[in-house]
Amino acid sequence: MTKQIENKGLSRRSILKGGAAAAGAAIGSGAVTGFPTIWAQNIKDVTLRQFGTGVSNINEVAQKVKEDLGFTLEMTALDSDSVTQRAATQPKSFDIADIEYWICKKVWGAGNLQAMDTSKIKNYDKIVGTFKSGKLTPESVIAQGTAPHTVGFTSGPDGKDFVQEESGWMTLIPTIYNADTLGIRPDLIGRPIDTWAELLNPEFKGKASILDISSIGIMDMAMVVEAMGEYTYPDKGNMTKEEIDMTLGIFTEAKKNGQFRAFWKSFDESVNLMASGEVVIQSMWSPAITAVRSKGIPCVYQPLKEGYRSWGGGLGLSKNLSGLELEAAYEYINWYLDGWVGGFLMRQGYYSAVPETSKNFMSEDEWGFWFEGKPAEGDIKNPFGDVMEKAGAVRDGGSFYDRMGSVACWNAVMDENQYMVRKWNEFIAA
Amino acid sequence: MTKTKTDPSKRAERISWLLVTPLTCVLGFFLLLPILTIVTVSFWNYNEWSFFPDFVLDNYAFHLTSAVTWATYLKTLKFMVLTWIFCAGIGFTVAYFLAFHVQSLPAQVALFLVCTIPFWTSNIIRMISWIPFLGRNGIANSSLIHLGIIDEPLEWLLYSDFAVVLAFVHLYALFMVVPIFNTMMRIDKSLIEAARDAGASGFQILTNVIIPLAKPGIMIGSIFVVTLVMGDFITVRHMSGGQSASVGRIISNEISLLQYPAAAASSVVLLCTVLLMIGVMMRFVDIRKEL
Repeated sequence: MTKQIENKGLSRRSILKGGAAAAGAAIGSGAVTGFPTIWAQNIKDVTLRQFGTGVSNINEVAQKVKEDLGFTLEMTALDSDSVTQRAATQPKSFDIADIEYWICKKVWGAGNLQAMDTSKIKNYDKIVGTFKSGKLTPESVIAQGTAPHTVGFTSGPDGKDFVQEESGWMTLIPTIYNADTLGIRPDLIGRPIDTWAELLNPEFKGKASILDISSIGIMDMAMVVEAMGEYTYPDKGNMTKEEIDMTLGIFTEAKKNGQFRAFWKSFDESVNLMASGEVVIQSMWSPAITAVRSKGIPCVYQPLKEGYRSWGGGLGLSKNLSGLELEAAYEYINWYLDGWVGGFLMRQGYYSAVPETSKNFMSEDEWGFWFEGKPAEGDIKNPFGDVMEKAGAVRDGGSFYDRMGSVACWNAVMDENQYMVRKWNEFIAA
Repeated sequence: MTKTKTDPSKRAERISWLLVTPLTCVLGFFLLLPILTIVTVSFWNYNEWSFFPDFVLDNYAFHLTSAVTWATYLKTLKFMVLTWIFCAGIGFTVAYFLAFHVQSLPAQVALFLVCTIPFWTSNIIRMISWIPFLGRNGIANSSLIHLGIIDEPLEWLLYSDFAVVLAFVHLYALFMVVPIFNTMMRIDKSLIEAARDAGASGFQILTNVIIPLAKPGIMIGSIFVVTLVMGDFITVRHMSGGQSASVGRIISNEISLLQYPAAAASSVVLLCTVLLMIGVMMRFVDIRKEL
């Protein structure tokens, strides 16, 4: 999925660049090799290759990069597993990795990514606290699991470790995140759902589903087990072997009793399961809910009393980036946090790492609906122009602070990850 | 050694070597080398993000002692046997009809081509198209309810072992039809006449003449079906709704979790299993002699 778009018309930046190039040429070829001169002359030849999950690898972004910054961004969308694989084993195949924080925990040690100097990030100070101190507001409690701030910083430019304070060297620049919960078909359930425990309620026998991506699925399971009152984990983001056995034991029994209709691995599968009525309650991602609703089928991203399972993604730089490409990558990241992409993503139901810049790229009503949890005044459209919600609708779960403030855990990679994966495979084969 | 151009046996030998070289190179580079690589890697060690040269037997030890492996092999064999039975039954019947009931050659060719029409689309599409058909609110269930045969939708139609076997049979039946049809077409019709003249009944002709002579075709078809089903991971995943495991899925999971050496070991074990099965099948029929 790569797309290259030629720059059409003159933007403010391209005029400035033209001017700078002319100035550079006037000063004398080669005599002055200052950064802006090279920058301006060669930037068009730069191509940055980005890969990541489908979530934020959107061709519109590549198009806008070409318009605003002048260089070419090639995007490849893959599933979480393939993303992990590539980040860990093929450093030469990408310049920018768009990965989730739990993937970062897995692959940072491979040394294929380079730390980023936060002093070069213009909007660093405006990045929400979740990604820096781990606290959304000063009163927030840090959720369990691989919270982004725990793997967000490294000790120095060549650091292979993680440090727990704002060291000035970031592993990933946070870009996009959300709070996930269960998706339900209110029309087929016909009663209120308010707890994760409902996933294993025998009432939904043969009509429930869970996702078959172990790092995420195990967290959904843990939320269910706690909600059922079976067990309270000291840290569900880092289970012991016994806790893993117990958790998967409960779900294996449910599987054998026919609780699950199917397990899904890709976004589309979850949409199809829900839209066809095969499943009425399942783990789901926010845009999948939107996709079901856009078919005219009622589907709710149900807020639950135990809280949300959250995830976050960010951009990492390949260690092979240097010189002009590296400067272009920083330029790109600064542009990413500048608001246009944030607005684009927030209008799909995600959150931007620097919400205040995104506000400039959203209408008052859009900002009120998506961020503040206010009722929509007019129809709410997604970035592609499709009507997503009618006037008067309120976002499931409410405002940013309501939703991100009730995060109970983050997608996680545990110390016992290998063991967990084995047990997960047993669960699938059971 | 004298270099006599006139030595015919030497010349013939050289030409033989020349002729066999391209195939040897192709097989060497694209079959033997990859397999050797897989075998080598299966002894390597790995951590979460990389794998490195070593000589460990852990990959095999874990794979062969895990209860999941055994359960999965059992499940895969079950799929294989069921698929084989249905494919062989359907394949033989269709081939028999084409070869002996349809009299004119153009009609045979035309009907044979009709059999291949589903193969104009991809494997995956043919498989996925069953999902809306068999679903809870799918055509199959709604028709049955409409006809008053059932009151409640049949849950086991989709995301079940039934669905997996159904898809396999649909996908692979033609691999049985083609070779069986091929061998049946070579059966000398006068043999059947002779059997009939000698007083054999239709059933006796089938069991004593046609089946023995069609054996190589049945065996070639069986090899196709067995190898395809044993190595499958995508059909099992989609048709069982991710709820059933197969050996192929174990390998694909291991690859996706970056456990390449483990995946290599699992692949070697699967390869040996399949080779063993084919070896056994070859004991029954000498394909080279009978073709």
